[in-house]
Amino acid sequence: MTGRAHARRIAALSIVGTAIVLPLVIFVLGPNMPPGKRTTGASSQVTDNTVLLVVMTPFTVFILVYLAYAIAAFRAPAGEGLRDGPPIRGHVASQIAWLALTSAAVLFLAIFGTAELFASNGSGGGEGPKPIAKPGGSVLPVQVIGQQWEFTFRYPTYGGVETAELVLPVNRQIEFHVTSLDVIHSFWAYELGVKADANPGVDNVAYVKAKTTGDFQIRCAELCGLWHGYMFDTGHVVAEAQFTSWIAAQRKRFTAVQKYLPPYSLTYLPDPQARAG
Amino acid sequence: MLSLRALKALATVLGVVVIGVLVGVYVTFLTGGPTPYRVPAAAAAANGRSVNLTLQTVAAVGPKLAPNQSWVSYLVRENGTWSRSTVWTLPANTLVHVTVYQYDGKSGLRNPFLAQARGLVGGSFTLDGKSMRAINPDDASHTFAIPQLGVIVPLQGVDDNAKNQCDVAPCAMAAAHTTITFTFRTGKKGHYRWQCFVPCAAGFLYGFGGPMQTIGYMDGFVNVV
Repeated sequence: MTGRAHARRIAALSIVGTAIVLPLVIFVLGPNMPPGKRTTGASSQVTDNTVLLVVMTPFTVFILVYLAYAIAAFRAPAGEGLRDGPPIRGHVASQIAWLALTSAAVLFLAIFGTAELFASNGSGGGEGPKPIAKPGGSVLPVQVIGQQWEFTFRYPTYGGVETAELVLPVNRQIEFHVTSLDVIHSFWAYELGVKADANPGVDNVAYVKAKTTGDFQIRCAELCGLWHGYMFDTGHVVAEAQFTSWIAAQRKRFTAVQKYLPPYSLTYLPDPQARAG
Repeated sequence: MLSLRALKALATVLGVVVIGVLVGVYVTFLTGGPTPYRVPAAAAAANGRSVNLTLQTVAAVGPKLAPNQSWVSYLVRENGTWSRSTVWTLPANTLVHVTVYQYDGKSGLRNPFLAQARGLVGGSFTLDGKSMRAINPDDASHTFAIPQLGVIVPLQGVDDNAKNQCDVAPCAMAAAHTTITFTFRTGKKGHYRWQCFVPCAAGFLYGFGGPMQTIGYMDGFVNVV
């Protein structure tokens, strides 16, 4: 069989394989991609992951078909000793086609990804202290403070009360301000689709809007010392009325320590000179 | 005489075994340490599901109790003597009455929010006999915290100018100290870590170091069984 015939077979198998796999990716795997659809940012990430999969599917199928075909068709016959194959020579048309296709895929994803970041207000990722993908309308700021080894949360709209648990109202745009009091942590609220580094002295802003009520997991996603693996918590998205009642209870509960809290600030530098002992 | 192929296979197996042993030794060393202190469960049955846990916090653990003698540490009273064990076994669904004799000076909390107690029976603790819910965060020497159980208690430090301060552990009752008492409920069975939140041994510019990052000093486990 000639090389051209092998190429035709590989191309045909790749097209058939892609035609079988692509619908499965779009209709079965895609909708079940992490992190779910609990928030607008998370939904956007599911869409992005699905598009990525769709774009990479033909390439992946082609590579796997090529590998399997080479193993099946080009193997040495049984009983034949080792011998060198024919020399590999370049094929300009194939090389140009491969470069053009992969370049087009990468460029498309770059443009699509950038557009998606803006359309979904950063898609749950930390945008630094001066976010450029911002939602319109009012937001509820919530500060996330990482420290070895626990996250605490401040609500500047409600007198700067600090709490040990994260509770958010449903259907409200949340503006997270993520920072740290000591080393680098990373605030990862998996089901919300939020992941933002917590750096000392830095205000890292991330946006999220929960569409449904329920619990979500919070984890530190940056190795931060002995108890990094234990730095997890459960957060809650609740109805607006429930949130109002909860925040009022927190303000009452932490009255004793409220007078000692510093004024709300976007960053808190650790003070090792005075407090490191 | 073994063939080259057999020798290679043997060397591979030996290599895997040696690496496995080394990993095992490392993990054992990392997670081992002093024998866990089992709070007498008989006492729980005798007095309606409550046990006592008596601790002291010291500025320097001293040469008798640890190789790192200058490190700050927790000690637990076990059968009348103080030992450097920070892995404690407690019965489930039991009230734990804790007494801490705190001999260290004031360091201050990085996060003042942690100066208020949480997760305690009655919501408060006593500091030298006085009931309190929070202390001035700058006066904190250490905290006792089991984050997974929602328990945190700030431990007030000894004044800088106090007389008869304890240099190395174990410290006698005559030395300057504060006494903190509180009660919490263990709840369901589990393996919970506890820690101190005061940067009492920062070690580095920002993060915790030394005894704050080493089980057996300012961190440990509570095994609720």
